[in-house]
Amino acid sequence: MSTQSWTDSQPIVSIKDVHKSFGNLEVLKGISLDVMKGEVVCIIGPSGSGKSTLIRCINALNDIQSGSIEVQGIEVNDKALNKLELRKKVGMVFQQYNLFPHKTALENVMMAPIKVLKQSPADVEKRARELIAKVRLQGKEESYPGELSGGQQQRVAIARSLAMNPDVMLFDEVTAALDPETVKEVLVTIKDLAEEGMTCMLVTHEMGFAKEIADHIYFTDRGVIVEHGPPTTFFDQAKDERTREFLSQIL
Amino acid sequence: MNKRNGIPGIRTVPSTDLPVLKPFNAMPAGQPEDLLFSRWIASTPKWFWFALCATILVWPGVTAAASGYTMTQAFQALWRWIPFIVTGGFFYNVLISFLAMLIGTAFGVVLGLMQISPLRLIRFPAQVITQVFRNSPWLVLLFIVLLALPFEIEIGDKVIRIPDWIKAVFGLCLPIMANIAEVVRGAIKSVPSGQWEAAESLAYTRQQTLWQVILPQCFKRMIPPWMNWYAILTMATPLCSLLGVEELITLSRQAIEAENNRPELLVPFYGFALLIFFAYCYPIARATIALERRFAVKL
Repeated sequence: MSTQSWTDSQPIVSIKDVHKSFGNLEVLKGISLDVMKGEVVCIIGPSGSGKSTLIRCINALNDIQSGSIEVQGIEVNDKALNKLELRKKVGMVFQQYNLFPHKTALENVMMAPIKVLKQSPADVEKRARELIAKVRLQGKEESYPGELSGGQQQRVAIARSLAMNPDVMLFDEVTAALDPETVKEVLVTIKDLAEEGMTCMLVTHEMGFAKEIADHIYFTDRGVIVEHGPPTTFFDQAKDERTREFLSQIL
Repeated sequence: MNKRNGIPGIRTVPSTDLPVLKPFNAMPAGQPEDLLFSRWIASTPKWFWFALCATILVWPGVTAAASGYTMTQAFQALWRWIPFIVTGGFFYNVLISFLAMLIGTAFGVVLGLMQISPLRLIRFPAQVITQVFRNSPWLVLLFIVLLALPFEIEIGDKVIRIPDWIKAVFGLCLPIMANIAEVVRGAIKSVPSGQWEAAESLAYTRQQTLWQVILPQCFKRMIPPWMNWYAILTMATPLCSLLGVEELITLSRQAIEAENNRPELLVPFYGFALLIFFAYCYPIARATIALERRFAVKL
């Protein structure tokens, strides 16, 4: 239950037999997967297969009906869950960036650590500037989200999430709303992160990227994990008919 | 034009006797804001001023033909009464509208926030209050407040009289409160849900999200409808004259009576009332539009 009992040798995210319904529609029908610290996991699959829902459940943005999700030993499916503690450990980046439009890029990055974690503004600002440099946006600190391109906004969103020092990063189709030229700059940023050892879970349609970056790939369809494996075997030796069909359409 | 439409070198306009679809210059598609009252005032054509003044000036002339009362006499009467009408009358219209807006906004914001509470116990009563006051005729609310509130309050051995115009403020602030509540609720609802989710995933509490992320974005959206309601409220203040509150219309009527109820005076006096309301609301309406333009931000 407590964070202390969790050690690096255990999975950082452990999902066991998760069921989730929206009304009568069952979206997740018993999903189980483990993610180790520093691992990069990609979840792929056709639209409506429950990928985004799954990733949102890890962050408690959606609740689940049954099963268990543990993040560093914190049980997410618990009425008494301290959502704030969970969300300090789990960063999330959305498809639509969701930057705060009334704040500059720098303020977007600085807000949460100052207001939520109550860190000193001077320290936070120093770190925020470093993060903005890290996502290669020096000089855009004072720009408002409306003045930035989609790819730039998405990189600010990544920096904003990183400012909370999360242990796990969730990426929910972060390049789906971008035009092809700016997709790359966002993917490079995520790759940098992964190479630094950040635990990442990505829902993505970028197969080439998944192949390059992922340690493990999960293919979901109609609420269940149909097939999974490391990218080498997953892409070349898919056993399941649905997986092969999906891959042949996409690749 | 000729150059572009014609064949190079030949300076004739192309013409045909066949039916031709001419370019159609429709007005650009309307925005919902165009329906706002303040928009409508601000878009009053310039000639309206002249037409209004002209009517006021011409009317006594028309009626003078039927009676011995001349135009000059009518305007002399108006001129005599203007200081009294403005300082003792219109001043109260402005004061009532100002205070009713202030109180109505304060309560309206609270009511609007209550309407989005996750607790049904808070949300439900707020919704009921809002709908009741939003859908009641203003005059009825004014009557109820005026008759329900006591003439005077006794505090210890001190007796404080409540003037009618203060009761009018309370009466008018009720519908304003309900409408501002809807403005606030609408503005909050118009912020994309992604903003809530982003703040939530950054470990903001609901309160922090509301005050630091959502409401700052609402403020700009609320200004145009808020000023629109102020213009409507100001225009509604003459309702108070029906209840005997001393304001512009009450005093105009008294002044006409004091001038022996001559029919020639009707248009100059009430026309003046129209002019002064228009002169007050027009700048507000223009300012609303200017503010809207300044706050127009790309999301």
